[in-house]
Amino acid sequence: MAAPAAKGTSRTAQNDVASIKKKGPGALATAYLVIYNVVMTAGWLVIAIGLVRAYLSKGSYHGLYYSIERPLKFFQTGALLEILHCAVGIVPSSVVLTGFQVMSRVFLTWAVTHSVREVQNEDSVLLFVVAWTVTEIIRYSFYTFSLLNHLPYLIKWARYTLFIVLYPMGVTGELLTIYAALPYVQKTGLYSVTLPNKYNFSFDYYTFLILVMVSYIPLFPQLYFHMMRQRKKVLASGEEHQKSN
Amino acid sequence: MAELGEPAKIKNYVFFEVEILDPKTKGQLCFLDKVDPHSTIGEIKCLFHKAYPHWYPSRQALKLDPKGKALKDDEILQNLPVGTTATLYFKDLGPQVGWTMVFLSEYAGPLFIYLVFYFRLPYIYHHKHAFTSSPYPAVTTALLLFSPSSLACVCHSIHYIKRLVETIFVHRFSHGTMPLRNIVRNCLYYWGFAAWLAYYINHPLYTPPYYGNKQVNYALAMFAICQAGNFSIHLALNNLRSDGSKARKIPYPTKNPFTWLFFLVSCPNYTYEAGAWFSFTIMTQCLPVGLFTLISFIQMTIWAKGKHYTYIREFKEYPSLRMAIIPFLL
Repeated sequence: MAAPAAKGTSRTAQNDVASIKKKGPGALATAYLVIYNVVMTAGWLVIAIGLVRAYLSKGSYHGLYYSIERPLKFFQTGALLEILHCAVGIVPSSVVLTGFQVMSRVFLTWAVTHSVREVQNEDSVLLFVVAWTVTEIIRYSFYTFSLLNHLPYLIKWARYTLFIVLYPMGVTGELLTIYAALPYVQKTGLYSVTLPNKYNFSFDYYTFLILVMVSYIPLFPQLYFHMMRQRKKVLASGEEHQKSN
Repeated sequence: MAELGEPAKIKNYVFFEVEILDPKTKGQLCFLDKVDPHSTIGEIKCLFHKAYPHWYPSRQALKLDPKGKALKDDEILQNLPVGTTATLYFKDLGPQVGWTMVFLSEYAGPLFIYLVFYFRLPYIYHHKHAFTSSPYPAVTTALLLFSPSSLACVCHSIHYIKRLVETIFVHRFSHGTMPLRNIVRNCLYYWGFAAWLAYYINHPLYTPPYYGNKQVNYALAMFAICQAGNFSIHLALNNLRSDGSKARKIPYPTKNPFTWLFFLVSCPNYTYEAGAWFSFTIMTQCLPVGLFTLISFIQMTIWAKGKHYTYIREFKEYPSLRMAIIPFLL
């Protein structure tokens, strides 16, 4: 699930709990994580600004992907480090869950959008890029402020509210993009292996993409409603304390 | 639990009270009084089952602490760190399935699924291939006349038939049951992989191994040796418990040469199993089989290491030459 599912992680609850108690093992790890999150926030801001500037200069929504292609690839791929953070233990999250979410984003960035040139002009790409951009800016600033123990309620509110719109928006963009890629994949046999061959193996990327699309059906509602439940829990206790932390 | 009212003449006989609580609400689910202090947890589970018929004993977990480990069935009430009123917390482990049932379904599935592909039942491959068999020239061994696909079918089937026989006649299981969720997941894994690899080996476009007969024959020999080895180890492990005791013993090599691997590894059954699948991979030269072998090997290594360290912890005189699964290496 590549959508603003970043919000739907168990990291949400765990990082909130962690921000109430003193966070993280060690000052060095905390410093590193602050730098990491600041850099990522900055990176996605660059993407956001790039989108706005390109829109203003072109005067239309179409083909904005090319203006932010490089930073998008760089910063989205950089998120792979988050799997490492969990594995090493400086972030109290499930390696499997984080891995799954980051890999699905990376899959959409590289194995679909980058690989199938013809979809790069599609409006659906803009749909998920915008959703990801807004989500990630809020998410990384959320982590930054949490690490510094100074979380403004606005950021917390934004993280747990905007997903209501951003998540379906991102999922729609992703699904439409994969769907748009299908005919090209089938025609060119991209990433596919056919029989006969000496390893007696075959792989049909076209079918694989269809299965990926189908997998959204059980996964999306689960993650979405998980976030809804998190929202009730987090914002309810937030209101009791009025201000942050 | 039957000694009612008898005044403590011969011994000071105190009856225990047991209350069983829900760990989340701390509400009382059940209260048992006049419980014999020599009762086991297993017996208490039976009493609890009477109060809640749908929670049969094997799906109950009783704990001293809401977050703690489940108590074993053979623990005795008065040996636990409780007063004369014991408070236990109940956890529902979910529907359970007996181990025998688990293994029978896990192993019968691949056996039949492979045959469905071998006989090329309709709708799997192109309809012109339905009910045909592999066209490749026969591979002659000293005794048999088989194509690589037929040979593979025989090997695969023998492997799972052997496992079914062992489940019914050989293995003794220490835990009675397994959660239902696990059986679904395990069956998906075994059945799914069996279908996937059978699809390729029996495919009309199957490519026989690169080095031909020589490769197939050597792999076949190794496969047979590993199967015999694995079976020997299972028999040897079975004999360790032949007197009905539940205590763990160190397994030692016997007169059977296949068991001499015990000199070098703690879990030679896993070693032989890995060897068998590796041979099968070479024999069929099929990547999905290789993947299955790899995943199985990783899982068995985890299990072997666990067993190995348990042995080391439990027995001070445990042979130091032994590794967990691969001699000298792993």
